[in-house]
Amino acid sequence: MSSGDPGERLKPLPPLSADGTALRVEGVYKAFEKLEVLRGIDLEVEEHEVVCLIGASGSGKSTLLRCINLLEPIQAGRIFVGGVEITARNVDLNAIRRRIGIVFQSFNLFPHMTVLENVTLAPRKALGQSRSQASASAAELLRRFGLADKQDEYPDRLSGGQQQRVAIVRALAMQPELLLLDEVTSALDPELVAEVLDVIRELAAGGMTMVIATHEMGFARDIANRVCFLDAGTILEEGPPQQIFSAPREERTQQFLQRIVDAGRL
Amino acid sequence: MTAVVVVVTRSPGWGAFKAYFLDWSIYKDSFPEILHAFWLNVKLFCVAEVIILPAALFLAVLRSLPGPVFFPIRALAIAYADLFRGIPTILVISILGFGMPALGLSWLPQSEFFWAVVALVLVYTAYVSEVYRSGIDSVHSSQAAAARSLGLSHGQSLRFVVLPQAVRRVIPPLLNDFIGLQKDTALVGTLGVVEAFKQAQIDQSATFNGTPYLVAATLFVLITIPLARFTDWLVARDRKRQQAGRLA
Repeated sequence: MSSGDPGERLKPLPPLSADGTALRVEGVYKAFEKLEVLRGIDLEVEEHEVVCLIGASGSGKSTLLRCINLLEPIQAGRIFVGGVEITARNVDLNAIRRRIGIVFQSFNLFPHMTVLENVTLAPRKALGQSRSQASASAAELLRRFGLADKQDEYPDRLSGGQQQRVAIVRALAMQPELLLLDEVTSALDPELVAEVLDVIRELAAGGMTMVIATHEMGFARDIANRVCFLDAGTILEEGPPQQIFSAPREERTQQFLQRIVDAGRL
Repeated sequence: MTAVVVVVTRSPGWGAFKAYFLDWSIYKDSFPEILHAFWLNVKLFCVAEVIILPAALFLAVLRSLPGPVFFPIRALAIAYADLFRGIPTILVISILGFGMPALGLSWLPQSEFFWAVVALVLVYTAYVSEVYRSGIDSVHSSQAAAARSLGLSHGQSLRFVVLPQAVRRVIPPLLNDFIGLQKDTALVGTLGVVEAFKQAQIDQSATFNGTPYLVAATLFVLITIPLARFTDWLVARDRKRQQAGRLA
């Protein structure tokens, strides 16, 4: 499925902070009414690093990603992207979101637009690219991810896997410094999961900095430079995938992974 | 249906009713005049609708503005909608149509047509803004989130992502309100403007026969049917374009 020359790489990333830190999350706290979802999260992600967030449903993985993209306001803590504090007052939210891509579990493609229109909307309206310029870049990205023949289709006519790949392309069209993936395969039929994971592997190989919330443990073990286990709104344990998956230190991590193994998912 | 016909035609007053409302020669005679007067109704609802559609959308957007900063604007928009949905249309028409010219301000337009349009616009903008608002609310918040996450502003996300979907969904109720507007142009007759209903009244008093009302009724129905079919066609076309060949 995902085509393109083996040597082909994504466009070079724009320069980030001097120390090579793409993302720094400091003491982030978030509650919905009385429900504490994030209780002091600290996380640092280097440029070109792939970090996977694992943990049970409700542990705060998705909320953390939504907070990093400022889709959810946080009550305490600070978030830096490329060395710039994005949680500071009076920042331009729209400018920040253009630098951070996010792909959702439920795709969230715009149903009234064709695939090409979905992909070109933000480059045209938020970056001010001309229609022809945006279309040319979009067509190139769609071709790379095996979607060239789908560009004039409406999302409802695509399979779930195709829709999710379009959603990834839509985020990539903004040339983000950082890509957040929120359980992007959870809504897919099992036979469609692989095509989406292949796209993400290709992005990782191209050096894209990514934070990935996932239930696909095998995938996390393959692709992650680092795995964070979230439990009740905190990062309970983090480390290289080999260590987390074969020798977890925390009892809660061991229990979680045991349940995954019992369910035949690892 | 058959039962109703039987009951009505067997009723003791059927003969009188028939003579009063179903006089074919009076129908033919009064038709041209009432048709001529109906042209005024057409002008009224066309002019009013052209203003109502964008004004109501604007009002609905005002009500959707987020955050405490826009509270006063939201409150004003809500007060407006409450007021003009609450007052019977005939009162708004009478108050404006008789009241405004009575103020004796020479710079105010004096024409009844003008004030009739203003009254209809005020009332129907309030209704139609609610229709738009329900459409906006029906677009799942994840659509706006996706638009915002790509760096589009609130306004851009509304204009390019939320409103196009919202408006498509509310085309049938929008048409419903448009038909309501068409019929309510008959209320403008209270100002002495000779539109179809007023002309029918005049013909009724001249002939002591109610058939002219039937003429007016015929005209209102005739204009409604093509619009209803047009909407059905629009809705079907849209559904086809987005969902035909949809994968299971």
